[in-house]
Amino acid sequence: MLFTLAAIFAKISLLAVGGVTSTLPEITRQVVTLRHWMTPAQFTQLYAIGQAAPGPNLLVVTLIGQREAGVAGAIVATFAMMLPAGVLAIIVSKYWDRYREARLRRIIQAALLPITAGLVLAAACVLVRQADTGVPPVVITAVSTLALWRTKLHPLWLLAGGTVAGLLIA
Amino acid sequence: MFAGFFQAGILGFGGVLPVARRLLVEQKHWLTAAQFTDLFSLCQFLPGANIVNLTFAFGARHRGVTGAAAAISGLLTAPVAIVLLLGGLYARYGGLPVAQHGLRGLAAAAAGLVAATALKIATPIFTNAGNVCLSALAVALVILGHLSLPVTMAVVLPLALLLAWRR
Repeated sequence: MLFTLAAIFAKISLLAVGGVTSTLPEITRQVVTLRHWMTPAQFTQLYAIGQAAPGPNLLVVTLIGQREAGVAGAIVATFAMMLPAGVLAIIVSKYWDRYREARLRRIIQAALLPITAGLVLAAACVLVRQADTGVPPVVITAVSTLALWRTKLHPLWLLAGGTVAGLLIA
Repeated sequence: MFAGFFQAGILGFGGVLPVARRLLVEQKHWLTAAQFTDLFSLCQFLPGANIVNLTFAFGARHRGVTGAAAAISGLLTAPVAIVLLLGGLYARYGGLPVAQHGLRGLAAAAAGLVAATALKIATPIFTNAGNVCLSALAVALVILGHLSLPVTMAVVLPLALLLAWRR
Protein backbone atom coordinates (compact mmCIF):
# COMPACT_ATOMS: atom_id res chain seq x y z
CA MET A 1 0.00 0.00 0.00
CA LEU A 2 2.78 2.45 0.90
CA PHE A 3 4.47 1.71 -2.40
CA THR A 4 1.21 2.21 -4.31
CA LEU A 5 0.63 5.56 -2.59
CA ALA A 6 4.17 6.70 -3.36
CA ALA A 7 3.85 5.62 -7.01
CA ILE A 8 0.50 7.38 -7.55
CA PHE A 9 1.61 10.74 -6.18
CA ALA A 10 5.23 10.78 -7.34
CA LYS A 11 3.97 10.27 -10.88
CA ILE A 12 1.77 13.37 -10.83
CA SER A 13 4.02 15.65 -8.76
CA LEU A 14 5.81 17.03 -11.81
CA LEU A 15 2.53 17.49 -13.69
CA ALA A 16 0.99 19.78 -11.07
CA VAL A 17 1.21 22.84 -13.32
CA GLY A 18 0.16 26.01 -11.55
CA GLY A 19 -0.28 24.09 -8.28
CA VAL A 20 -1.82 20.98 -6.81
CA THR A 21 -5.40 21.88 -7.86
CA SER A 22 -4.57 20.96 -11.48
CA THR A 23 -4.07 17.35 -10.42
CA LEU A 24 -7.42 16.91 -8.63
CA PRO A 25 -9.14 15.24 -11.62
CA GLU A 26 -6.23 12.79 -11.87
CA ILE A 27 -6.24 12.10 -8.12
CA THR A 28 -10.01 11.44 -8.28
CA ARG A 29 -9.43 9.14 -11.23
CA GLN A 30 -6.75 7.18 -9.33
CA VAL A 31 -8.42 6.83 -5.93
CA VAL A 32 -12.15 6.86 -6.82
CA THR A 33 -12.62 5.63 -10.41
CA LEU A 34 -9.76 3.14 -10.76
CA ARG A 35 -9.15 1.92 -7.20
CA HIS A 36 -12.51 2.47 -5.47
CA TRP A 37 -10.78 3.55 -2.25
CA MET A 38 -13.61 5.96 -1.52
CA THR A 39 -16.85 7.30 -2.96
CA PRO A 40 -16.88 10.56 -4.96
CA ALA A 41 -18.66 12.26 -2.05
CA GLN A 42 -15.98 11.11 0.42
CA PHE A 43 -13.23 12.37 -1.89
CA THR A 44 -14.80 15.81 -2.10
CA GLN A 45 -15.23 15.92 1.67
CA LEU A 46 -11.58 14.97 2.25
CA TYR A 47 -10.55 17.71 -0.17
CA ALA A 48 -12.71 20.21 1.70
CA ILE A 49 -11.24 19.18 5.07
CA GLY A 50 -7.75 19.66 3.65
CA GLN A 51 -8.72 23.16 2.52
CA ALA A 52 -10.14 24.04 5.93
CA ALA A 53 -6.82 23.21 7.68
CA PRO A 54 -3.91 25.66 7.74
CA GLY A 55 -0.98 25.04 5.41
CA PRO A 56 -0.31 24.33 1.73
CA ASN A 57 -3.21 23.01 -0.35
CA LEU A 58 -1.80 19.54 -0.91
CA LEU A 59 -3.23 18.26 2.37
CA VAL A 60 -5.91 16.25 0.54
CA VAL A 61 -3.01 13.97 -0.41
CA THR A 62 -2.08 13.60 3.27
CA LEU A 63 -5.68 12.65 4.10
CA ILE A 64 -5.85 10.05 1.33
CA GLY A 65 -2.61 8.50 2.61
CA GLN A 66 -3.93 8.44 6.17
CA ARG A 67 -7.21 6.85 5.11
CA GLU A 68 -5.44 4.04 3.25
CA ALA A 69 -2.41 3.39 5.47
CA GLY A 70 -2.52 5.45 8.66
CA VAL A 71 0.14 7.97 9.66
CA ALA A 72 2.85 6.21 7.62
CA GLY A 73 0.61 6.40 4.56
CA ALA A 74 -0.02 10.08 5.18
CA ILE A 75 3.69 10.87 5.35
CA VAL A 76 4.63 8.72 2.35
CA ALA A 77 1.85 10.21 0.18
CA THR A 78 2.71 13.78 1.17
CA PHE A 79 6.42 13.37 0.45
CA ALA A 80 5.77 11.57 -2.83
CA MET A 81 3.64 14.51 -3.94
CA MET A 82 6.21 17.15 -2.84
CA LEU A 83 9.62 15.68 -3.50
CA PRO A 84 9.91 15.47 -7.31
CA ALA A 85 8.61 19.03 -7.74
CA GLY A 86 10.69 20.24 -4.77
CA VAL A 87 13.91 18.79 -6.19
CA LEU A 88 13.13 20.40 -9.54
CA ALA A 89 12.60 23.74 -7.76
CA ILE A 90 15.99 23.40 -6.02
CA ILE A 91 17.79 22.60 -9.27
CA VAL A 92 16.10 25.30 -11.36
CA SER A 93 16.50 28.00 -8.69
CA LYS A 94 20.26 27.42 -8.81
CA TYR A 95 20.42 28.35 -12.48
CA TRP A 96 17.47 30.76 -12.50
CA ASP A 97 19.36 34.03 -12.49
CA ARG A 98 21.24 33.11 -15.64
CA TYR A 99 18.05 32.48 -17.60
CA ARG A 100 15.84 35.16 -16.13
CA GLU A 101 15.35 37.04 -19.36
CA ALA A 102 15.50 34.02 -21.61
CA ARG A 103 12.85 33.82 -24.30
CA LEU A 104 12.44 30.11 -23.58
CA ARG A 105 11.21 30.88 -20.08
CA ARG A 106 8.60 33.31 -21.36
CA ILE A 107 7.36 30.77 -23.89
CA ILE A 108 7.01 28.05 -21.25
CA GLN A 109 5.22 30.45 -18.94
CA ALA A 110 2.78 31.53 -21.66
CA ALA A 111 2.17 27.91 -22.63
CA LEU A 112 1.44 26.75 -19.10
CA LEU A 113 -1.22 29.36 -18.28
CA PRO A 114 -4.03 28.10 -20.55
CA ILE A 115 -3.23 24.51 -19.54
CA THR A 116 -3.49 25.47 -15.87
CA ALA A 117 -6.77 27.27 -16.52
CA GLY A 118 -8.17 24.21 -18.30
CA LEU A 119 -7.06 21.75 -15.63
CA VAL A 120 -8.38 23.89 -12.77
CA LEU A 121 -11.68 24.26 -14.65
CA ALA A 122 -11.75 20.47 -14.99
CA ALA A 123 -11.04 20.16 -11.25
CA ALA A 124 -13.96 22.49 -10.56
CA CYS A 125 -16.21 20.37 -12.82
CA VAL A 126 -15.21 17.20 -10.96
CA LEU A 127 -15.73 18.69 -7.49
CA VAL A 128 -18.98 20.49 -8.34
CA ARG A 129 -20.42 17.34 -9.89
CA GLN A 130 -19.51 15.33 -6.78
CA ALA A 131 -20.60 17.89 -4.22
CA ASP A 132 -23.78 19.29 -5.73
CA THR A 133 -26.31 16.50 -5.30
CA GLY A 134 -29.32 18.71 -4.56
CA VAL A 135 -30.55 22.27 -4.55
CA PRO A 136 -28.98 23.41 -1.22
CA PRO A 137 -25.38 22.41 -2.15
CA VAL A 138 -25.79 24.03 -5.57
CA VAL A 139 -26.73 27.29 -3.86
CA ILE A 140 -23.78 27.02 -1.45
CA THR A 141 -21.38 26.39 -4.35
CA ALA A 142 -22.77 29.32 -6.34
CA VAL A 143 -22.49 31.69 -3.38
CA SER A 144 -18.91 30.67 -2.55
CA THR A 145 -17.87 30.89 -6.21
CA LEU A 146 -19.22 34.41 -6.59
CA ALA A 147 -17.92 35.55 -3.21
CA LEU A 148 -14.35 34.41 -3.83
CA TRP A 149 -14.36 35.60 -7.42
CA ARG A 150 -15.86 39.03 -6.82
CA THR A 151 -15.00 40.00 -3.22
CA LYS A 152 -11.92 39.96 -1.01
CA LEU A 153 -13.58 37.75 1.60
CA HIS A 154 -11.19 35.23 3.19
CA PRO A 155 -11.84 31.67 1.89
CA LEU A 156 -12.05 30.34 5.45
CA TRP A 157 -15.25 32.36 6.03
CA LEU A 158 -16.79 30.76 2.96
CA LEU A 159 -15.88 27.25 4.13
CA ALA A 160 -17.29 28.00 7.60
CA GLY A 161 -20.41 29.55 6.06
CA GLY A 162 -20.90 26.51 3.82
CA THR A 163 -20.64 24.16 6.81
CA VAL A 164 -23.19 26.15 8.84
CA ALA A 165 -25.52 26.39 5.84
CA GLY A 166 -25.18 22.63 5.39
CA LEU A 167 -26.13 22.00 9.02
CA LEU A 168 -29.16 24.27 8.70
CA ILE A 169 -30.58 23.40 5.29
CA ALA A 170 -28.90 20.48 3.55
CA MET B 1 14.82 27.74 9.88
CA PHE B 2 12.58 24.97 11.25
CA ALA B 3 11.10 27.39 13.80
CA GLY B 4 10.57 30.12 11.23
CA PHE B 5 8.78 27.91 8.73
CA PHE B 6 6.84 26.24 11.55
CA GLN B 7 5.34 29.66 12.26
CA ALA B 8 4.52 30.18 8.59
CA GLY B 9 2.83 26.76 8.42
CA ILE B 10 0.62 27.20 11.44
CA LEU B 11 -0.43 30.76 10.67
CA GLY B 12 -1.11 30.14 7.03
CA PHE B 13 -4.86 29.61 6.95
CA GLY B 14 -6.07 29.77 3.36
CA GLY B 15 -2.66 30.77 2.04
CA VAL B 16 0.81 30.49 3.52
CA LEU B 17 2.32 32.98 1.12
CA PRO B 18 1.70 36.32 2.90
CA VAL B 19 2.93 34.82 6.17
CA ALA B 20 6.04 33.40 4.54
CA ARG B 21 6.77 36.75 2.93
CA ARG B 22 6.47 38.63 6.22
CA LEU B 23 8.70 36.07 7.90
CA LEU B 24 11.46 35.86 5.27
CA VAL B 25 11.56 39.51 4.21
CA GLU B 26 10.31 41.69 7.06
CA GLN B 27 11.12 39.77 10.24
CA LYS B 28 14.21 37.63 9.61
CA HIS B 29 15.67 39.61 6.67
CA TRP B 30 16.73 36.33 5.07
CA LEU B 31 15.72 37.71 1.65
CA THR B 32 15.20 41.19 0.20
CA ALA B 33 11.76 42.01 -1.20
CA ALA B 34 13.12 41.72 -4.74
CA GLN B 35 14.76 38.36 -4.03
CA PHE B 36 11.51 37.06 -2.56
CA THR B 37 9.47 38.16 -5.59
CA ASP B 38 12.02 36.60 -7.89
CA LEU B 39 12.06 33.27 -6.06
CA PHE B 40 8.29 33.27 -5.80
CA SER B 41 7.68 33.93 -9.48
CA LEU B 42 10.02 31.04 -10.25
CA CYS B 43 8.17 28.71 -7.88
CA GLN B 44 4.84 29.74 -9.32
CA PHE B 45 5.85 28.65 -12.76
CA LEU B 46 7.32 25.32 -11.70
CA PRO B 47 4.99 22.37 -11.01
CA GLY B 48 3.75 21.77 -7.47
CA ALA B 49 2.45 23.85 -4.58
CA ASN B 50 4.32 27.16 -4.91
CA ILE B 51 4.88 27.63 -1.18
CA VAL B 52 6.31 24.11 -0.89
CA ASN B 53 8.65 24.77 -3.82
CA LEU B 54 9.68 28.09 -2.31
CA THR B 55 10.46 26.39 0.99
CA PHE B 56 12.55 23.71 -0.72
CA ALA B 57 14.43 26.21 -2.89
CA PHE B 58 15.05 28.68 -0.07
CA GLY B 59 16.18 26.00 2.38
CA ALA B 60 18.54 24.42 -0.15
CA ARG B 61 19.97 27.74 -1.29
CA HIS B 62 20.94 28.70 2.24
CA ARG B 63 21.87 25.45 3.96
CA GLY B 64 21.87 22.72 1.31
CA VAL B 65 19.96 19.48 1.82
CA THR B 66 19.83 19.96 5.60
CA GLY B 67 18.34 23.39 5.12
CA ALA B 68 15.68 22.12 2.72
CA ALA B 69 14.80 19.30 5.14
CA ALA B 70 14.61 21.66 8.13
CA ALA B 71 12.52 24.25 6.29
CA ILE B 72 10.06 21.77 4.79
CA SER B 73 9.55 19.84 8.03
CA GLY B 74 9.02 23.16 9.79
CA LEU B 75 6.43 24.22 7.24
CA LEU B 76 4.53 20.94 7.32
CA THR B 77 4.68 19.62 10.90
CA ALA B 78 1.76 21.63 12.27
CA PRO B 79 -0.53 21.47 9.19
CA VAL B 80 0.01 17.72 8.80
CA ALA B 81 -0.63 17.11 12.53
CA ILE B 82 -3.81 19.20 12.40
CA VAL B 83 -5.12 17.57 9.24
CA LEU B 84 -4.37 14.08 10.62
CA LEU B 85 -6.43 14.94 13.67
CA LEU B 86 -9.28 16.14 11.44
CA GLY B 87 -8.89 13.01 9.29
CA GLY B 88 -9.15 10.84 12.41
CA LEU B 89 -12.32 12.65 13.49
CA TYR B 90 -13.71 12.25 9.97
CA ALA B 91 -13.03 8.51 9.96
CA ARG B 92 -14.73 8.08 13.35
CA TYR B 93 -17.64 10.53 13.21
CA GLY B 94 -17.90 11.53 9.53
CA GLY B 95 -20.73 9.08 8.93
CA LEU B 96 -23.05 10.57 11.56
CA PRO B 97 -26.07 12.33 10.01
CA VAL B 98 -25.26 15.69 11.65
CA ALA B 99 -21.64 15.52 10.47
CA GLN B 100 -22.76 14.56 6.97
CA HIS B 101 -24.93 17.66 6.74
CA GLY B 102 -22.08 19.93 7.74
CA LEU B 103 -19.59 18.11 5.52
CA ARG B 104 -21.86 18.32 2.50
CA GLY B 105 -22.09 22.07 2.99
CA LEU B 106 -18.30 22.31 3.47
CA ALA B 107 -17.66 20.27 0.33
CA ALA B 108 -20.06 22.41 -1.71
CA ALA B 109 -18.29 25.57 -0.51
CA ALA B 110 -14.84 24.09 -1.30
CA ALA B 111 -16.04 23.17 -4.82
CA GLY B 112 -17.10 26.79 -5.23
CA LEU B 113 -13.64 28.00 -4.19
CA VAL B 114 -12.01 25.90 -6.90
CA ALA B 115 -14.55 27.19 -9.45
CA ALA B 116 -13.70 30.77 -8.46
CA THR B 117 -9.96 30.02 -8.74
CA ALA B 118 -10.56 28.66 -12.24
CA LEU B 119 -12.44 31.83 -13.21
CA LYS B 120 -9.68 34.02 -11.79
CA ILE B 121 -7.01 32.21 -13.83
CA ALA B 122 -9.14 32.01 -16.99
CA THR B 123 -10.64 35.50 -17.34
CA PRO B 124 -7.42 37.48 -17.92
CA ILE B 125 -6.01 35.04 -20.50
CA PHE B 126 -9.25 34.22 -22.34
CA THR B 127 -8.90 37.39 -24.39
CA ASN B 128 -6.89 35.21 -26.75
CA ALA B 129 -8.65 32.59 -28.91
CA GLY B 130 -5.69 30.22 -28.79
CA ASN B 131 -5.79 30.18 -25.00
CA VAL B 132 -9.53 29.47 -24.99
CA CYS B 133 -9.05 26.54 -27.37
CA LEU B 134 -6.17 25.07 -25.34
CA SER B 135 -8.12 25.30 -22.08
CA ALA B 136 -11.21 23.81 -23.71
CA LEU B 137 -9.10 20.98 -25.11
CA ALA B 138 -7.66 20.23 -21.65
CA VAL B 139 -11.15 20.18 -20.11
CA ALA B 140 -12.49 17.97 -22.91
CA LEU B 141 -9.65 15.44 -22.63
CA VAL B 142 -9.95 15.18 -18.84
CA ILE B 143 -13.74 15.37 -18.37
CA LEU B 144 -15.20 13.94 -21.58
CA GLY B 145 -12.28 11.76 -22.66
CA HIS B 146 -11.51 10.49 -19.13
CA LEU B 147 -7.84 10.59 -20.06
CA SER B 148 -5.09 10.49 -17.43
CA LEU B 149 -3.11 13.63 -16.59
CA PRO B 150 0.14 12.34 -18.18
CA VAL B 151 -1.68 11.59 -21.46
CA THR B 152 -3.54 14.92 -21.37
CA MET B 153 -0.27 16.78 -20.84
CA ALA B 154 1.43 14.84 -23.63
CA VAL B 155 -1.28 16.10 -26.01
CA VAL B 156 -1.80 19.67 -24.75
CA LEU B 157 1.73 20.73 -23.78
CA PRO B 158 3.35 20.44 -27.25
CA LEU B 159 0.42 22.37 -28.78
CA ALA B 160 0.62 25.07 -26.11
CA LEU B 161 4.39 25.40 -26.53
CA LEU B 162 4.05 25.63 -30.31
CA LEU B 163 1.39 28.31 -30.01
CA ALA B 164 3.37 30.32 -27.44
CA TRP B 165 6.53 30.01 -29.51
CA ARG B 166 4.89 31.34 -32.70
CA ARG B 167 3.25 34.24 -30.91
